Amino acid sequence: MMRISIAAAALVVHVALMLALAPLLVGCLRWAEARLMGRIGPPPLQPWHDLRRLALKQPVLAENASWLFRAAPVVAFAATLSAAALVPSFASGMLDVPLADLVAIVGLLALARCTLALAGLDAGTAFGGLGASRTMTVAALAEPAMLLVVFALGLLVGSTNLDAILAALSDGAGLRASLGLALVALVMVGIADCGRLPLASPATRLELTMLQEALGLEYSGWYLALLQWTAALKLLLWLTLIGTILLPFGLASPDSGLPAWLLALPAWGVKVGMLAAGLAIFESAIGGMRWARAAEFLGVAAALGLLAAVLAFAGQVLT
Amino acid sequence: MTGATPGFGAVLSGLVLAAAFGLLYQRRAGGLINACALQAWALAAAAAWQGVAWEAPELIVVGCLVLAANGVALPMALRRGARRAGIGPSVVAMPGIPVSLLTAAALVALAVLASATMASPAQARGEIAVDLSVVLLGLFTLASRRGGPGEAVGFAATANGLILGMVEVRGMPLVALWTLAVLALGGAAMLRPGGQLR
Amino acid sequence: MPRRLAAIGCLGLSGLGLVLALAWLVAGGGVASLAIPIGLPGVGMALALDGLSGWFLALLMAVGLAASAAALADAGEGAASEAFLFVLLGAMALAVLAADAFALAFGVELATLASVALLLGRQEDPGPREAALRQIAVALPAAACLIVALALLAGGVGWDLRFAAIRAHPPQGWQATAVLALTLVGAGSRAGLAPLHGWLPPAHAAAPPPASALLGGAMPALALYLLVRVLFDLCGPAQPPWWGVPLLVVGPCGAVLGMLRANAAGDIKEILACSTVGTTGLIASGLGVALAARGADLPSLASLALAGSLLGVLAHGLVKPLLVLGAGAVQQAAGSRRLSLLGGLIHRMPVTTACMLVGAASWAALPPTAGFAGFWTLFEAMLGGSRAAGAGLQILIAVVAGLAALAVALAALAAVRLIGVALLGRPRWPRTLAAEEVGLPLRVPMLGLAAASLLVGLFPGAALALMAPALRRLVGADLADRAGWLALAPQGDMPGYSAIGIAALAGLAAALAVGLIRWRGASGARIGPAWDGGFDAPPTWLPFGDPLTQPSGAGFAQPVLKWLGTALLRAKERLDTPAPGEVRPARIATEATDPVDRAARLAAAALRTRASAAADRMPPLTGRGALALLIVVLALVLVAVTVWGQP
Repeated sequence: MMRISIAAAALVVHVALMLALAPLLVGCLRWAEARLMGRIGPPPLQPWHDLRRLALKQPVLAENASWLFRAAPVVAFAATLSAAALVPSFASGMLDVPLADLVAIVGLLALARCTLALAGLDAGTAFGGLGASRTMTVAALAEPAMLLVVFALGLLVGSTNLDAILAALSDGAGLRASLGLALVALVMVGIADCGRLPLASPATRLELTMLQEALGLEYSGWYLALLQWTAALKLLLWLTLIGTILLPFGLASPDSGLPAWLLALPAWGVKVGMLAAGLAIFESAIGGMRWARAAEFLGVAAALGLLAAVLAFAGQVLT
Repeated sequence: MTGATPGFGAVLSGLVLAAAFGLLYQRRAGGLINACALQAWALAAAAAWQGVAWEAPELIVVGCLVLAANGVALPMALRRGARRAGIGPSVVAMPGIPVSLLTAAALVALAVLASATMASPAQARGEIAVDLSVVLLGLFTLASRRGGPGEAVGFAATANGLILGMVEVRGMPLVALWTLAVLALGGAAMLRPGGQLR
Repeated sequence: MPRRLAAIGCLGLSGLGLVLALAWLVAGGGVASLAIPIGLPGVGMALALDGLSGWFLALLMAVGLAASAAALADAGEGAASEAFLFVLLGAMALAVLAADAFALAFGVELATLASVALLLGRQEDPGPREAALRQIAVALPAAACLIVALALLAGGVGWDLRFAAIRAHPPQGWQATAVLALTLVGAGSRAGLAPLHGWLPPAHAAAPPPASALLGGAMPALALYLLVRVLFDLCGPAQPPWWGVPLLVVGPCGAVLGMLRANAAGDIKEILACSTVGTTGLIASGLGVALAARGADLPSLASLALAGSLLGVLAHGLVKPLLVLGAGAVQQAAGSRRLSLLGGLIHRMPVTTACMLVGAASWAALPPTAGFAGFWTLFEAMLGGSRAAGAGLQILIAVVAGLAALAVALAALAAVRLIGVALLGRPRWPRTLAAEEVGLPLRVPMLGLAAASLLVGLFPGAALALMAPALRRLVGADLADRAGWLALAPQGDMPGYSAIGIAALAGLAAALAVGLIRWRGASGARIGPAWDGGFDAPPTWLPFGDPLTQPSGAGFAQPVLKWLGTALLRAKERLDTPAPGEVRPARIATEATDPVDRAARLAAAALRTRASAAADRMPPLTGRGALALLIVVLALVLVAVTVWGQP
């Protein structure tokens, strides 16, 4: 009973922290990139101010917007929040462990993406259609790469349950060459899914560099606030996922004592902070990639994922 | 417990393989040189980690040698050569990039199949597969990239693969000397009269 | 009036069949046999209802129910197709219930004949006629292959055609290999398995509306039933593991090719038909893993893979008729099926759009739909399969998993393209403004199929429980301890996929979002013109905006065709830009051909030329010559029967 209540409390705190820290992460990232480029940059809490301001504004809907257009931000937000609730950040063994399947997480992110693509097409504008087409095309190559990485990770324990995989990784069972390849592939897929450089530039409004921002051009008011929050949640989800797979220690479980719980939150903060700093340095150092080369980029990610799976076989004890 | 699990060295050797892949993905000379430097740095890190984990100081020496030769000196020389030859000569890839990536994947699969037939413990089979893959990819880079620093980078990648194999074998005698020999051989091949660096 | 009677008759019979089959499965699925006197002289036909046939019968009857209900609504377009509906349903039921080789072959060929006749019956269009001829060109060799395969199986037991006898003496050696090859060609081509899939897109696209729902959903299911029955049941469990390799090689290639073609097609029904080819490929990969696992003596893994395939068949069988009925509704209301002539239908046809959204979500394998449950089970089976085989097979299964994921991602792209271009956005053609929501007879089957697929998606464990008798019979193990009402857990000790749980979690998150908005957000909304990046308002003669400033179907798919299609589909773009100073617009034309299709057509044409040249060279046959030929052929047949019939 005690375990269940601790697990439930951990889940609630996890979801609340994900919701609260996601805009802060985006703000810190923007601030860091601005400083690295020699500008002063907006304060890190700016996205929170933006969300509050947008929520208080009355939205303007296009004349041909349908019920799908109105429902899409809520559906996308719900799907991304569910996926974020399934990825352990500072606690393992949360109440939703039976649901935390990596393939299901990939599916939920795909659901959010397809809903937003349909909303972009519903507006009937050229920007929306272009963004929808490019988002789904990038996903057509990024999703197989992601599923191959899931395949390689799942070979460790024979199942794709995220908590089981993380437990095996923290025991040191998965430290093989395939993990290195899988991590590189995971980073590349994360860049593609969040629409960051070198694939797309999240800070501009040029049609050639927008992936997901194009889908939200027709939205305003609290719809737009939900969309921005969704994008921030997705970035935090990816950084948390990569951080926990790269450094699987520091997760507190309901069985561990108080010191483990006290260290777990700062550990998560350090992991995400390190990865965010790395992302900021990477993005300010390189430029964008031509769209035609994005296919090769994702093809390399898929090839690395496949090789991670193939190399995982090589090190296994064959029956 | 030394605090450095030897398993993490395997992760670093996986990064060496990923860098070998990255070599095949580059179109421009600058990217190629950077990827080669990245592979050398990953190899140096792997050698140093294994040295600390197995308490074998000569592996740390190997790491420093690789860092100095392939990680610092070679990129600097190649960049100076590229500057002398003009602004960013592009590297001609004989098969296109998608075909090169597919061939590389097939070569790695071949290495895994070949290692599966060897009768050694499972972990050693995995390491042999990675080492063989890096060597094969280095040879493929050598064969398929013409022009500019392509050939030199191919030699360096093959040398990196051989050194990785030597590092993974625990307790190999005179590892540092062998490494020096391999690096010298690579350098001689690059600096031969018909080569690119002349 | 007789047409309505036929439709109502179909409706009643299929409803009855569905209830019976479901009751049978729920009651445990034992075997019930029936011998009827009609059929082969002296022998008659044997029918039996066991777990596998009960499961497929339930699926076929459900699709038949929806198709007959839709046939009640039909006005003119599907003239005289109700009779074929009857024949199709009867033939498929006969094939599924068959317990001897004759009944099986008879049922399958009768169904194929009915589906071809459906196309030939339409006199006015050249398109259906050509599609029918292509179907015949593949169906005849497929029929021959199937009959020879069944003959090989029956010949080993002294020409006793009953399944019970065939099961007692499974084939071995070269006979088993021949049966495998012939069944793959004979049954696989009917389902659209690559490389024999070229006939399927034109044939399914050209069929008239209510029957095409049955064709699209039920015919691939029937062909896959044939494959499962022959390869798993009749050939026995003692076949080698490499039996799975042909399916593992051919399946994913067909899946990727089919889904890519669905992105290149411009007609809604052609898109759906190409996606049938893709789904068949995915299901075939699952069957390949099951065969390999069964050959390696791993019954739990084999049952998981087979369950994934059967779940995929169920999802496809429920969703494809739904989408085809929706396409028929769109054609009836908006007057066209082409993507370039549709758009903005969500405002005029909300119910149809909602049902097609559910169908497309399952096609794209998004949680928590039935399509995702099938894909998840297949993925877990491939994960398990890769731990249990030799190094070569492991690498093959990893590649298969990657290609299957690619096919599913391409399906998501095609689904978004279909729904987004045809149903959302602004109208591209004035006729769509007059679209009205379709009447009750078409709405009810669509709603029913959508509800059924949602139920299967939320409770896949229930579907797996219904499948248990079939799994026990075919591979000797079922998933009873690994699949429950709430979750599927293939590894008994580790949690798996819980559809209802994820749906509940998403529901809670949505409630949280709505609550936050109600608490803090501004209420109401203003309606205004679309922002469109600051574009001007459209001119007054285009009240719904310029149709050209929206993405078209070809434009939406252009990036993916450029990345993947140039290699796989020989997709080409021709760009015609005006020289500086000219005032004509730039034009772009894209084209894509299926390379397998093209190769098959060229080969068929070459064969036909050579055959007709040979026939020209033969001397004319007199009456006496024909009689002599007949006597020689009969003598040869008698000799063959005598030789093979030896015990």
